Amino acid sequence: MLMGPTTHRDVRPRPRLAGAIGGFFARLGWRQVPVMFAAVVLVALVLVALTIPLWTPYDPIGLAGRRLQPPSAAHWLGTDALGRDVLVRTLFGARYSLPIAAVVLVVAVGIGVTLGALAGFLGGIVDNVLMRLADITLAFPPVLLAMAIAASLGPGLVNTALALIIVWWPIYARLMRAQVLNVKKLDHVDAAIVGGVTPARLLTHHIMPLCWSPIFVNMTMDVGQVILLAAGLSFIGLGAQPPTPEWGQMIAEGASNFYCWWIALGPGMAIFLVSLSSNFLGDGLRDVADPRTRQGG
Amino acid sequence: MLKVVVRRLLVMPFLLLGIVTATFLLAQFTKGNPLVSIIGARNLDNAEVVAAAKARWGLDRSVPERYAIYVWNLAHGDLGTSFRTKQPVLKDLAQRLPATLELVICAMIVGAAGGIALAIVSAEFKNSLADHVARLVALMGSCLPVFWLGLIALFLFSVQTRLLPGPGRLDIRAVAPPVTTGFMLVDTLLAGNVAGFIDAARHLVLPSLVLGWSVMGIVARMVRASMLDVLGQDYITMARAKGAGRLRVLVHHALANALIPALTILGFTFAYLITGSVLVETIFSWPGIGSYAVEAARSLDYPAITGVTIIGGLGFLVANLLTDVAYAAADPRMREAT
Amino acid sequence: MAVPLLDIKGLAVTIPTRGGERAAVSNVDFSVDRGEVVGLVGESGSGKSLSMLAVMGLLPRQFGVSGSIRFDGEEIAGAPERRLRALRGRRIAMVFQDPMTALNPVQTIGAQITEMIRLHNAGMSRAQVRQKALSLLEAVAIPAPERRFDQYPHEFSGGMRQRVVIAIAIANDPDLLIADEPTTALDVTIQAQIMEIFAGLRAERGMAIVLITHDLGLVAGLADRMSVLYAGRIAERGPVGPLFAAPRHPYTASLLAAVPSIDDVSERLHAIPGTPPSLSERPPGCAFAPRCDFAVPACRASEPDLTRVGGSVVACHRANDPAFAARLKEPA
Repeated sequence: MLMGPTTHRDVRPRPRLAGAIGGFFARLGWRQVPVMFAAVVLVALVLVALTIPLWTPYDPIGLAGRRLQPPSAAHWLGTDALGRDVLVRTLFGARYSLPIAAVVLVVAVGIGVTLGALAGFLGGIVDNVLMRLADITLAFPPVLLAMAIAASLGPGLVNTALALIIVWWPIYARLMRAQVLNVKKLDHVDAAIVGGVTPARLLTHHIMPLCWSPIFVNMTMDVGQVILLAAGLSFIGLGAQPPTPEWGQMIAEGASNFYCWWIALGPGMAIFLVSLSSNFLGDGLRDVADPRTRQGG
Repeated sequence: MLKVVVRRLLVMPFLLLGIVTATFLLAQFTKGNPLVSIIGARNLDNAEVVAAAKARWGLDRSVPERYAIYVWNLAHGDLGTSFRTKQPVLKDLAQRLPATLELVICAMIVGAAGGIALAIVSAEFKNSLADHVARLVALMGSCLPVFWLGLIALFLFSVQTRLLPGPGRLDIRAVAPPVTTGFMLVDTLLAGNVAGFIDAARHLVLPSLVLGWSVMGIVARMVRASMLDVLGQDYITMARAKGAGRLRVLVHHALANALIPALTILGFTFAYLITGSVLVETIFSWPGIGSYAVEAARSLDYPAITGVTIIGGLGFLVANLLTDVAYAAADPRMREAT
Repeated sequence: MAVPLLDIKGLAVTIPTRGGERAAVSNVDFSVDRGEVVGLVGESGSGKSLSMLAVMGLLPRQFGVSGSIRFDGEEIAGAPERRLRALRGRRIAMVFQDPMTALNPVQTIGAQITEMIRLHNAGMSRAQVRQKALSLLEAVAIPAPERRFDQYPHEFSGGMRQRVVIAIAIANDPDLLIADEPTTALDVTIQAQIMEIFAGLRAERGMAIVLITHDLGLVAGLADRMSVLYAGRIAERGPVGPLFAAPRHPYTASLLAAVPSIDDVSERLHAIPGTPPSLSERPPGCAFAPRCDFAVPACRASEPDLTRVGGSVVACHRANDPAFAARLKEPA
């Protein structure tokens, strides 16, 4: 065996903090860095969303200083056209965007998974009707469908959520149906049938528990997508209405004060960070759920 | 493969009917008098017009009858009259479609070229720094809100540095060429207006880059995965054993094979581009279908928004059909299999 | 003595794994003279393909290659990619194991042959290139080459595809042809036809061939000399005749015993018990010792060096033991 010359070992003491951080990541492996980043961002944002009313220096919808001021020590991200603090409003924005994403995904997944499982399990006409319904919904470009719904029901956050649920359920219905069809073929399902299990119990206790992992991975990835589309709808005036400190709405306000770039900076970065984190986290989850993709899929 | 295309063609009318039905049902929820959307508020006092509209749209009849009339009218290209522009929706859409297509096509080129280039770098240097950077660049495109990115881009490149023009398709002072195709790049050339062509091209740069970047992530992810798969194949080693250079192997042998499975995301990318173009057109004051839809939705112009939705759904179906055809045409193994 | 066409000295290949660098090939000496056919024999994973890919410079970057590889007197180990590219396909060509995967599925057969010609003959006209490609298809006995030229690989059978692969390899009349298990993926009847093509190439064009295989039958039919690889090292090498008559290494002996022979009434295949060691769990002594019927304590203590015994070179502690040599000849 060929051996290189023994490498000179670095024995200098390293700064303690840097050493600790380096050691921490070395143990995790560099592959985990994005996941850690995502976890830190999301946990921090959730904490902020929960606690910000307790420690906020300014009222998110009240006057905080002079109008249209660039970033300064008093207003780290400046103030908007009504003299409100952009950073505070951005942080308050998490109290709208995160719950919307959560509600939309929980309800859409609830509906999608139920219908998808029924379609896959029962097959036949139920399957056909449900899947054609999903096909039709998926045939609309999401934003147009959401716009049509929001326009017909009227603008507002609740209707935005409703529109997004209608956009998202068929994705999960298809996913769940495919999963159920796969799991149905497994041996233990036959064993359970022979054992005399009722169909309902077969579905809920023997099939569905094995179907969840791609659903969860997809849900994690979709957090970013839901927030992006919700913000988009607010941006064009169909979602949150002023003076709500919702991110898309805030960017729209930034657009109307075009030369004051800082107004849109905070909410834009917030959407970007959450969306990036949800992708990182989803990738990490998929690696755990499916080791085959670990080699860099 | 031909089978798949034929099947899709056969299913299309049903899906289209489904789309139309869905929009009809949505319309039933609309608050306010549907007459307002059809003839406009000003004509409400005009008994003659009201009666004519009621008869034509069957507003005094039962829901199933109204549905039948609705479908009948649509089948004849009657999408109603926009309450905002006072024009038939179909005419509005026809006027604005080329602007959107021009933008979407340019963005598609940017997204595909950029995504493929990033995928090549990241597959060739798998798990190296270049790979991570390329993947991050691609991912950032799908995570940055396009409407914010558009704002920042305008601010940086148009306001601050004046490298590129601001919103719109042409300089405000410029005289628009006569409309023949509706595509500004084509119309300016047809008019022999080279300066206009350059102006139009410069106006396209920012919106297509912003919109294109937003789909780079999807393209890069898919192409990278299939590139990695292809690069491990024997025929790649064989090509290198022939003495072909690395670039030739990558582009001529690997990419040609890797793009075939990647074609399947064309339709999906289209849906993304439509979503993005609605927002990008708003930022860049682009007179296309997207900004039309936004204006319609803001003013609750129901016939207009319904029209856009139906056209969008139709476009998506066509994109999927083209995907299948392209897929079949690209792979010699599929070409004969019927 | 003339310089050998290919002369490998002390070749080592290391593969990066999770547990660190692993030696997949070590200390391999190997040479081929002009017009000579040399068999490179061993089980899968013994390092035969790796060694030859190292010669072509086709191993992934992460693999470590050391030692000397001289081609026609020129050192090509670590040569710049540019230089290697000029050699590949022009003077050294390769035939791959599986014709089903060695051809690009989206290019026509014609395009794949002409690519090889064009890459190394920039001045040739389109018509000349096409003419040459057609004559190559004829040379490997593909019927109706004109019609076949514009077809895709999936329209060819396995044997036909391997002929195409060979046609591509010999397009520029290389001095050295490396054939990596060229018949393993094919039916027995097709095997014979392909081997006939190789015999013809050698007889008519004087091409030197490295025949990588685990099938000693193929080596017996075509090769002048052979090298046996075990776990990345040379176990034994020498001229084919004497080596078949009197194997000096127990591994060679058991490989020979595994060749089905027509005279063998019992038609019994002697499989070698056990499996070769994996890269990470090499035993300390002779790598073959755990599977060897003749192993003595010395075999497990230290690795045997290559020593000359009769006409061959052998790496075995017991090679000079006369009693052992006698026992080797009887089938185990």
